[in-house]
Amino acid sequence: MSASQPTAEAHTALAAQWRPPPLIASPVLRWSLILGGLAWLVAALVFMEINWARAAEGWARGVRFMAAFLPPDFISKSDDIAEGLLESVTMTVVSTVLGLALSVPVAVGAARNLAPRPIYLACRSILVVSRTFQEVLVAILFVAMFGFGPLAGTLTLAFATVGFVGKLLAEDIEATDPAQLEAMRATGGSWLQALTWGILPQVKPRLLGLSLYRVDINFRESAVLGIVGAGGIGATLNTSLDRYEFDTAAAILLLIILIVMACEYASGVIRKAAL
Amino acid sequence: MSDRSLDRLAVLEVARLSKRYPTGDLALREVDLRVDRGEVVALIGPSGAGKSTLIRCVNQLVQPTSGVVRLDGTEVTGLGSRALRRARRRMGMIFQEYALIERLTVMENALSGRLGYVGFWRSWFRRFPMSDVAEAFALLDRVGLADMANKRADALSGGQRQRVGIVRALMQRPELLLVDEPTASLDPKTSRQIMRLILELCAERGLAAIINIHDVALARQFAMRIVGLRSGAIVFDGAPGSLDAAALTSIYGVEDWSATLGQGAKDAKEDRSPQRGTLPDVERLAGLA
Repeated sequence: MSASQPTAEAHTALAAQWRPPPLIASPVLRWSLILGGLAWLVAALVFMEINWARAAEGWARGVRFMAAFLPPDFISKSDDIAEGLLESVTMTVVSTVLGLALSVPVAVGAARNLAPRPIYLACRSILVVSRTFQEVLVAILFVAMFGFGPLAGTLTLAFATVGFVGKLLAEDIEATDPAQLEAMRATGGSWLQALTWGILPQVKPRLLGLSLYRVDINFRESAVLGIVGAGGIGATLNTSLDRYEFDTAAAILLLIILIVMACEYASGVIRKAAL
Repeated sequence: MSDRSLDRLAVLEVARLSKRYPTGDLALREVDLRVDRGEVVALIGPSGAGKSTLIRCVNQLVQPTSGVVRLDGTEVTGLGSRALRRARRRMGMIFQEYALIERLTVMENALSGRLGYVGFWRSWFRRFPMSDVAEAFALLDRVGLADMANKRADALSGGQRQRVGIVRALMQRPELLLVDEPTASLDPKTSRQIMRLILELCAERGLAAIINIHDVALARQFAMRIVGLRSGAIVFDGAPGSLDAAALTSIYGVEDWSATLGQGAKDAKEDRSPQRGTLPDVERLAGLA
């Protein structure tokens, strides 16, 4: 092509024909996806039944429901609230530590660049199972197994932590610079030394960030798990809602928000100090 | 050739070494190579000729398909993991992109060369023997990084990083250096400084070295012996002076080599003379061993 006397006109003609490469190469697939998506959207709008009268009525109910939360009452059930919060904080700390201790080895096993195939597949399936089941479902199972109370909730959160931290840490391990690991192996260090010197410094910031974020999630989740009987502040919240003590529920919700914000602030400080 | 047949001088012997990757590529074809104590060999050849594979087969980072590697007369191929780690301690490796632990300090990087000598918990808590730390300070001083010990590796320039890489390799107290494209990421002046440093340190310590390098002029300027690899087979093995246009063509294929050879000769005149006297000779090495 280029050997046959390329002229300026020929290049201009080629330039006019050039198009940026499309996201989906096959035009048939591309257009059927676009048209299919549009058809689905139209169908969804047509078949969705919206009762506008009911929605208008519901607005007033919503406002009344929200008004029932005011003013928040921190006092009358303060003992229950304090106990529930303490239980939630304990569940959070224990489940995060336990979950992290389990998720680090699972993440190493689930990293394609470190683990042999059978171990990789085994660890990946642990991660998949852990992430497939929503916390509430797992909590129901654990409540059935271990009875009502914070033990079931703690185990649930630890289990969920493994799926979350394990997956994201494994991905970070797979993205590490292989040369550093190779260099550590070349010194004659053991496998564990190569891992803690060649890999750990590279994934440490990510591991720290994930751990702090997970503290946050575990605390928030502990508020939900109480609803299915797995202990924590959620149990207190659930009780207050059942008794129509919305002012106490409001106080609990405000405290949860406050603690999550404190977590957020603390994790920022810790991250800055550690890096 | 006759003095090289003395067995006690051979630090490395590679015999009929072949490597076929799972993809089917034959990276090495029955390579025979012998490196004597104190000998610095430049390994040249086009990309994909198998230079990296060859030095990685020596310390078994890559498992050869067949053939034998002997370090000081002991077979390295087929060792169990513990014995292999002991053998690796005696072979320091220096890398193209330095391969430092970027987030650790210069001192920690230097001490990582001692991983094969200390237990896991000692290395975890950085409790290296005081003599190791002192040696690291001495070596950092030797390469001109005395006041950098507590800097993080990623704060250093390319030349400084490669110096840390050299210190790490020497911390192993090796008998052989495996050097993989040490200057590929460095500018021409720094490249020469690094090559000169490696050569000086080899001479000071009676170390043998295999240096993979794609800069032919640099190889001619610094190495005592040049080995040319093409498609996984050795096609040239001789003194830098005997590497002529015909030899380069046999290694790389047809090209006009006059500039490459001319430059190499000129550089050699300027750079080689002051350090010639420091190159090791057999008698001095016998004393060191």
